[in-house]
Amino acid sequence: MKPRTKRAIAIVGGLAALGIAAALVLNAFQSNLVFFFTPTQVAKNEVPKDRTFRMGGLVEPGSLVRQKDALTVNFKITDGAQSIPVVYTGILPDLFKEGKGVVAQGKVHGDGMFKASEVLAKHDENYMPPEAAEALKQAGHPMAKENFAGQGQAGAKPR
Amino acid sequence: MNWFYFSSPSTFYGLAGRLAPWLFALAAVTAAWGLYLGLLVAPTDAQQGEVYRVIFIHVPTAWMSMFLYFVMACYCGLTLVFNTRLSAMMARAIAPTGALFTAVALWTGSFWGKPTWGTYWVWDARLTSELVLLFLYFGFIALSNAFEDPRRGDRAAALLAIIGVVNLPIIYFSVQWWNTLHQGSSVSFKGTSMHVTMLTGMLVMSFSAWFYAAGAALVRVRSIILERERRAHWVRELKEG
Repeated sequence: MKPRTKRAIAIVGGLAALGIAAALVLNAFQSNLVFFFTPTQVAKNEVPKDRTFRMGGLVEPGSLVRQKDALTVNFKITDGAQSIPVVYTGILPDLFKEGKGVVAQGKVHGDGMFKASEVLAKHDENYMPPEAAEALKQAGHPMAKENFAGQGQAGAKPR
Repeated sequence: MNWFYFSSPSTFYGLAGRLAPWLFALAAVTAAWGLYLGLLVAPTDAQQGEVYRVIFIHVPTAWMSMFLYFVMACYCGLTLVFNTRLSAMMARAIAPTGALFTAVALWTGSFWGKPTWGTYWVWDARLTSELVLLFLYFGFIALSNAFEDPRRGDRAAALLAIIGVVNLPIIYFSVQWWNTLHQGSSVSFKGTSMHVTMLTGMLVMSFSAWFYAAGAALVRVRSIILERERRAHWVRELKEG
């Protein structure tokens, strides 16, 4: 075997081994790499007990209530199966809307209320003019459906 | 025809010098066209309004940051396997442009994140792995210059670059494998979820980024060739003639 063939095999083999190692490590840390937990996981108590964590889902339509001080809001985050009530005091991002994606950081208190210290909006990967969005909505197209920005849902996949 | 005619630094020097102006010209034309499409023709987005127009810089630079790393790693593979001189010089020439595109992608993403998500930065999988890519570029540049003998620097940095390739699929698939704040891909091999004018503008800008990157790498490799081959006959003749 020529030395350069040996070197090529060493590089390809090394890279393959490294790839497998990386895949195993990432798989092992799967639960630490998620950016947020879902309301179902929160309802099942599969979330950290004593520290803050992030919860992501859709703002449940019709659940948004503004308090008198105009800064405190109550809403529910839902993933379709479960919904968790959230209270937050502070400025909401512009894209925060009922039926749209949201990620909130905070803690669940004794009464089951998720007290958020930060609320971020999560938007989806669809880009279209308002007229097109309206037309899709009227036609009942899945792209116009308010899905949660594509985390493992059929509706979020490109057509 | 000799396929390896341009694999020698002395012949490639001339070819790079002839190609670079054309690449820069094409980059300028496609950038003008892409920005015209993106900023003037493309419609406002239903969800995000005008702020989505960052996409015409953000996505092309982010794509190029990953693509350039891949190209650089391929050159590094050639360096290690065949011990070719020009491939190592090309890898060195690409690295700063790749780092620049990575930095621009992170920077524009950050300024896009504030008005839409409500934050400049989060440690989600996509953003973190792209930041790791920037550090890989920095590491490559630092390591390749850390040795007295540039050929040793070439080999050490090449190894680093090849190891770093593992990060590329992590960046690309992070939004599918884990839940992240960053949204999924709008353009994939299966199709797109973007309005056609928006998509065209973004693709034209991507070609522009490609032309610019190629031109910049060729200009840079010319100075690397001159520096490395300064004792060679043809460089001395260049100076005298």
